[in-house]
Amino acid sequence: MDLIIFTLAVLDGLAYASQVFMVAVGMTLIFGVMRILNIAHGGFYAIGAYLSAGIGLAIASAGLSPWLHLPALVIGAAMAGGVLGLVIERFVLRYIYVKEEVLQLLVTFAIFMILEDVQRLVFGVQPYAASSLVDAMGTINVLGIPYNAYQVLLLPGVAVLTLVGLRWFLHHTLLGHLITATAEDREAATAMGVNANRVFLLTFTIGTVLAALGGAFAAPTTAVQLGMGADMIVLSFAVVVTAGLGQVEGAAVTAVLIGLGRSFAIYLMPELDVLMPYFIMMLVLLVRPNGLFGTVQTRKI
Amino acid sequence: MRGGRFLLLGVVALIALMPLFAPWSKTFLVLAIAKGLAVLGIVVLLRAGQVSFGHALFFAASAYVAAFAARLLGGGELLTLLVIGALGSGVLGLLVGLFVVRYRYIFFGMLNLAFSMVFYAVLEKFYHYTGGSDGLILSRPSVLGIGLERLPFEYTLFYVALATAAVLGWLVHRYLNSAPGRALAAIKTNETRLEYLGISARGTLLVAYVISAMLAGVGGTLAAVMQGLVTPEYAYWVRSGEFVFIAILGGAGHVLGAFAGALVYEGVRMYLAVLAADMWQLLLGVVLLVIVLFASEGLVGLWHRISGRFAPAGREAS
Amino acid sequence: MSQALIEARDLHIEFGGVKAADGVDLSVHESDHLAIIGPNGAGKTTFLNICTGYLRPKSGTVRFDGTEITGRSPRWITRRGIARAFQIPQLFLEHTVIENMLIGAAARDRVRSLWRPLSASTARDEMMELLELMGVADVAAQVVTALPEGQRKLIDIALALALKPRVLLMDEPTSGVSSQEKFQVMDTLLRVLAHQQVTAVFVEHDMEMVERYAERVAVWDAGRIRIEGTPAEVLADAGVQRDVIGL
Repeated sequence: MDLIIFTLAVLDGLAYASQVFMVAVGMTLIFGVMRILNIAHGGFYAIGAYLSAGIGLAIASAGLSPWLHLPALVIGAAMAGGVLGLVIERFVLRYIYVKEEVLQLLVTFAIFMILEDVQRLVFGVQPYAASSLVDAMGTINVLGIPYNAYQVLLLPGVAVLTLVGLRWFLHHTLLGHLITATAEDREAATAMGVNANRVFLLTFTIGTVLAALGGAFAAPTTAVQLGMGADMIVLSFAVVVTAGLGQVEGAAVTAVLIGLGRSFAIYLMPELDVLMPYFIMMLVLLVRPNGLFGTVQTRKI
Repeated sequence: MRGGRFLLLGVVALIALMPLFAPWSKTFLVLAIAKGLAVLGIVVLLRAGQVSFGHALFFAASAYVAAFAARLLGGGELLTLLVIGALGSGVLGLLVGLFVVRYRYIFFGMLNLAFSMVFYAVLEKFYHYTGGSDGLILSRPSVLGIGLERLPFEYTLFYVALATAAVLGWLVHRYLNSAPGRALAAIKTNETRLEYLGISARGTLLVAYVISAMLAGVGGTLAAVMQGLVTPEYAYWVRSGEFVFIAILGGAGHVLGAFAGALVYEGVRMYLAVLAADMWQLLLGVVLLVIVLFASEGLVGLWHRISGRFAPAGREAS
Repeated sequence: MSQALIEARDLHIEFGGVKAADGVDLSVHESDHLAIIGPNGAGKTTFLNICTGYLRPKSGTVRFDGTEITGRSPRWITRRGIARAFQIPQLFLEHTVIENMLIGAAARDRVRSLWRPLSASTARDEMMELLELMGVADVAAQVVTALPEGQRKLIDIALALALKPRVLLMDEPTSGVSSQEKFQVMDTLLRVLAHQQVTAVFVEHDMEMVERYAERVAVWDAGRIRIEGTPAEVLADAGVQRDVIGL
């Protein structure tokens, strides 16, 4: 393959990986701490995207600077994700921690279904496209190939910032320590006075805000439409599982792997692009059933 | 016990007579039975504590297999199509099963979802073979060599579906109470001990998985023949979710619950689709939440509570 | 001495730097009753885990009746005649007691019929008899979750015996059983073992039990077999008294 296609594939892959990582990292964090696979995560991603697209279109039609879209989408997504996360954890999830694993899955699935229809009711069925921010940021040359700056700089930048910020938060702040302690051994943490309920509330909300942000940042480069949440949830699940459940840094590595796999497939084997992430996941799971970075859990007998 | 069995016979007889008094109900009932069979597949896996979020894969696979078969055979024969559909999904179930039975819980559920998403994408992308999102037409097959007009065909299909459901329901009931069936339920509580008895947990689950796939396959074939058209929608994740939903609604892990759930679900859906088309999923979600939070035994549990009996017909102490 | 049924040679395994087995040689002979004693955390259970394939040793071999079984799966090993009872009872909690036993019997008899109900198993009488012997026949119809630990422990052993093994490995068989009942339970257990001609290995911390029921004792300390012999010899050893029994 020639250098141009190679470069394009790498850039596409990294941009895509950045979007997926934003969702996957929250999902894996929630799982690591709460032991719940949050299927509703795709719903938060979609809602973030819709809000962002709506805001972008409003800004464009009001004739304001497209740059306003950037702070507006961050604030909008953070608020929407935050409020939804708080409400859902506090009033639904809190009552299912004692239930069977299957039922926990079903509850987050139910929330996902509800959120899908909420999107339909609030935003309608027509797709949104709000790319004025991407246009405003212009293009830059990468190895002589013009590529839009939004995808080559901003998206990966946001993802890296999220990863570094999350690492710093988890390992260098008191709240972060509470979260990692609860993730490692909930009983011990509770015995030492950690309020597990609050940790759960905080963790879940961080996760939902990240997912909504992921959607908000994805919106300017994609058509925002119904069903995008479902696609994303399966994809980010693939990332989370391939990395190993609960692995924050692993999710970053795997997102890049899957992002690149997919973008190379688009250029080389276009029929297979949708299947690529799953091929990678199945291949990894065949060799390492607990994921690339996951650890084996054995029953005490 | 005896009373329960009579009651069950009564309900089946009532359903069997229904189309004679309300002709519109034939298609509705066939669809409910078709979904009920797929739900029964979910119920089998739920015995092992595993939930598949991708069972529409087998529903769709058999429907497409039947459509291709009908095309090759020049119309085809209803019973042949049902058998071919079941075998097709059984083979696919074996292939997918060999992979997914290595995993449990979240991994199991989501890997199933992933497989169904892949299949859905294939159906849409390879439109030269699958007709893409338009799907494939499945013309009306003959029954025992006789080509029927639309109306008699629908009646026949309904009674074939009802008989199939009764026979398969009974077979599944036998299976769940057999040694491998009880070992399947043991996967839920202690897989380690199962291995320490010399029983392969994966092998046990694989048998259940193939059975489950074939059940969904028979359901898919029935639905396809009824509608005369198969589309990628058959494999869509919403449909998989629907199956799980109905299983929980009916009462997780119960053979009769699968069909009771499917009937109630389809009935409610028929009205809600008219009254609240936009909020259909939302309402389903709310109902699912309410069931899980407040009535995790589902319809079957509700029935027991109302009738005040603890050991229903056809349920072993488990 | 008779030919060794289980023969472990030079086993090494460690967990996070702690050597649970550091060159262990241990043989179990036909119709032996071998007790393994030693300080807590010395690796006694590890031996059972290695012999049944739950853990794979870093190096070393285990042979059963001449065949190497190192690193084989628990299922493979169980099918060849080594059964195991657990320190924490491992049962099918949502099944009834008799169903637990019948699943065991079905596993032993390789029952694969998807048609015949488990409840109509021909092994039912035999299983009831086993429960009777272990003194838990009265709870046969109860679901395991409803039972206290002591009874679960007995059912756990009964389930291992249901397989009619050649060797039974037990992990503190009477822990959780009340001190009034434990002798009675062990008396019965030994009777069943003798009757079925089962070779037994048990990890034990109760010296009264060891003294009374073991024919041979091995002391496992710091990943090594420190001393091996008859209960009288071993329990009289000054070092053992000091470090293991705590006199």
